[in-house]
Amino acid sequence: MSGSATEAFQFTPEYMEQAKAILAKYPQGRERSGVLPLLDLAQRQLGWVSTGVVEEVARITKTPRMKVLEVATFYTMYKHSPKGRHHVEVCTNIACWLRGSDEVLRAIKDELGIDVGGQTGDDLFSLAEAECLGACCNAPMLQIGDEYFEDLTYETTRDLVRKLKRGEPVKVGSQIGRSGSEPEGGPTTLAEFCTTSKVGGAE
Amino acid sequence: MPKLTIDGIEVEVPAGTTVLQAAEILGIEIPRFCYHERLSIAGNCRMCLVEVKPGPPKPAASCAMPVAEGMDVRTDSEMARKARKGVMEFLLINHPLDCPICDQGGECDLQDEAMTFGNDHSRYGEMKRSVTEKEMGPLVKTAMTRCIHCTRCVRFTTEVAGVPEMGMLGRGEHAEITTYLEQALDSELSGNVVDLCPVGALTSRPYAFTARPWELRKTESIDVLDALGTNVRIDVRSGQVLRILPRLNEAVNEEWLADKSRHAMDGLRQQRLDTPYVRKDGQLVPASWEEAFAAIRAKVAGLDGSRIAAIAGDQADCEAMTALKDLMGVLGSTNLDCRQDGAKLDPTVRAGYLFNSTVEGIESADALLLVGSDPRWEAPVLNARIRKRYLAGGFKAGRIGPAGRDLTYPVEELGVDPSVLIEIAEGRHPFAEVLKAAKTPMIILGMGALTRTDGAAILAAARKVADTTGMVTEGWNGFSVLHTAAARVGGLDLGFVPGSGGLDTRGIQAGCASGAVEVLYLLGADEIDTNALGKAFVIYQGSHGDAGAHRADVILPGLAYTEKEATYVNTEGRPQRTKVAGFGPGEAKEDWKIIRALSGALDKTLPLDSVHQVRARMAEINPVLGTMNAVTPAAWEAFGTEGPVDTAAFTTAIANYYMTCPISRASPTMAECTRVFINGNQERTGTDG
Repeated sequence: MSGSATEAFQFTPEYMEQAKAILAKYPQGRERSGVLPLLDLAQRQLGWVSTGVVEEVARITKTPRMKVLEVATFYTMYKHSPKGRHHVEVCTNIACWLRGSDEVLRAIKDELGIDVGGQTGDDLFSLAEAECLGACCNAPMLQIGDEYFEDLTYETTRDLVRKLKRGEPVKVGSQIGRSGSEPEGGPTTLAEFCTTSKVGGAE
Repeated sequence: MPKLTIDGIEVEVPAGTTVLQAAEILGIEIPRFCYHERLSIAGNCRMCLVEVKPGPPKPAASCAMPVAEGMDVRTDSEMARKARKGVMEFLLINHPLDCPICDQGGECDLQDEAMTFGNDHSRYGEMKRSVTEKEMGPLVKTAMTRCIHCTRCVRFTTEVAGVPEMGMLGRGEHAEITTYLEQALDSELSGNVVDLCPVGALTSRPYAFTARPWELRKTESIDVLDALGTNVRIDVRSGQVLRILPRLNEAVNEEWLADKSRHAMDGLRQQRLDTPYVRKDGQLVPASWEEAFAAIRAKVAGLDGSRIAAIAGDQADCEAMTALKDLMGVLGSTNLDCRQDGAKLDPTVRAGYLFNSTVEGIESADALLLVGSDPRWEAPVLNARIRKRYLAGGFKAGRIGPAGRDLTYPVEELGVDPSVLIEIAEGRHPFAEVLKAAKTPMIILGMGALTRTDGAAILAAARKVADTTGMVTEGWNGFSVLHTAAARVGGLDLGFVPGSGGLDTRGIQAGCASGAVEVLYLLGADEIDTNALGKAFVIYQGSHGDAGAHRADVILPGLAYTEKEATYVNTEGRPQRTKVAGFGPGEAKEDWKIIRALSGALDKTLPLDSVHQVRARMAEINPVLGTMNAVTPAAWEAFGTEGPVDTAAFTTAIANYYMTCPISRASPTMAECTRVFINGNQERTGTDG
């Protein structure tokens, strides 16, 4: 998570390898199709999408840089400024809100002392509100990086943040142990099928 | 051809036509903001909603809906009316009610359509969204709060101008139109986004807060700042030209206008020659017409014709050149030239100096060889035509000349010097095969190739390329010369070139320096080296106090192109006529009348007493000048002189697009454009306001 907006950006050899693999999926002359995955890749390397990233992706995909910038600003998953190492996005849409996302937010604010849009002094955490992330069954939830954390309460949220702070391993997914979006306490229908096929259910 | 019914009227249109276009054929107007005939279809303003049966029971965007057999379209049904009202209400949620201070007021699509199709009140009491102004350079002023996100400007810059630097950032309520990192819009066609903007979001910066459209008197005229002959409308208030807008002419400029032609007009108010001047004791002092003529008479009377010479400038009109040619004739001089840049054009064969393919013909070419030409600066609107051809596909372009310049379409760099042209002419270069394989190949020969000392040999080589690669066939002539001066083709058509034993521009200049030429008549010629004219007595006739006037011994104030009815022949050989839009300053007079009056003062009165006689004389010299607005195809004959060519690299004819003539050099707006685009000084200083 570094660099200024205007600093030139280059993929490291490892990331370049991946970028080439992505571009190989598209026919010649259609490099433009790789704009989205390459922006994502660059964000994984740098931590955010800088002007340098936009220009490098534009160069690689032979796309006008304005078009790349349009794409980058359209999707909320691209970050346009450096964020904390753990960028915490709390869903506050209707389902999560009804299930207590206010408590989740309060837990984070209490634990980290930052508000929405804020960042901790050690650049470890940044906090943002997110629109519906599609995990309403397990509301309330939040996203950090590529991982979802679901079925949160004030306590479990504080615990999660505390563990991240100390660098301890955390439990990904539902915090109350349900698999996928099955009902709390195990399946209520097709129970037999679930047991035999080992799909779902508390393991 | 599908047959459909619109508002009960049956119409048959070609497949692929949209409902909106079909309605237009019937004269039914469907309101629209984002749809534009010359841009791709976006379908995002939703103003053109109509009711279509059969289909889902909801209104459909007519701009994006192709016609189908048996369609029943209603543009005036309850559903369509309600839909439009709804869209208009949505558009106005965030649109500020600042029409009284908006430059678009009175010619605003949103204003008009809100009156016609909108509600009389709004149901929204919430705060409107505001958007910061965007910096787009010295020509385009922004007020982005007014933007309705039709994306016409984005599509224009991407598609027509070929400069994909505009776009829409963010989405939904946060969407904003801007240029990349808010840099100035680096296109010679940027002024057109102002015309395209249906609201007051993008307005003309030099014209800001100047006038309301209903105060302006509009005159349809012709532009002369490049050789394309763009059709323009000149808007005047109290005799002062306030703005210039493009006028539709499919054959020439479609509906676009280049920035210099649009914005250099503030130069018409600067540095004007408003009274005759005579040099006395080394100082130019204001004089009367009689005094000026007397001074010329004192010098010219009794002088042998061979000691007199005339050079016509880049904006000299045909009427003035006719009169001056005849005056030189009666004075016994054959030293006259209209090629002040020394271009080695052959005046005897018309096909040798015309843009024979015609501008519209570019669209049917399938291969192009550019030689010493930078069409993006020499004729930006013509360059947009080449880009349009490129976008249509199946088009290959190669360039001989300075490499690296972005022409907004890909060109194969073939080399920088004339040897490549010779190789192509002799079939030794791979690009010769490209041209031979093409059905309608064309060559664009620029002034960068012809103003050299070996220009005649290059002209001959280019002709050979045309011959050997099949550029001249029945119904197609791909040999095209792109001029940079509006006066050039007219001058060549009139034979404003050295007569037998006469001197050309270079000879005249050398003659002036050596004393062989004693009197030099400059008809608006400022692009020659006026410091190297020796002791010659220089008569300068023109509109601006530019280089020629500074060197002059007698100045005769003429009119600029917006102030006279004059004939200009564009690079394709299309004679067009300007109209009087405003009046010249002070004592300035129409150019041919000055020459006619001077001929009387010299006791050599020309038989040109009315403009009709001048025009009759023009048509007598060259019949093509008798028919306006038409291109007369020229016969393909031998021209050019074969000979050795120099190995020096081609240069471009224009060093600074924004300053090429006395008008643009006098223009404050063009000075600002030069600062930003040519000198690359993007930061605005504190005094810029």
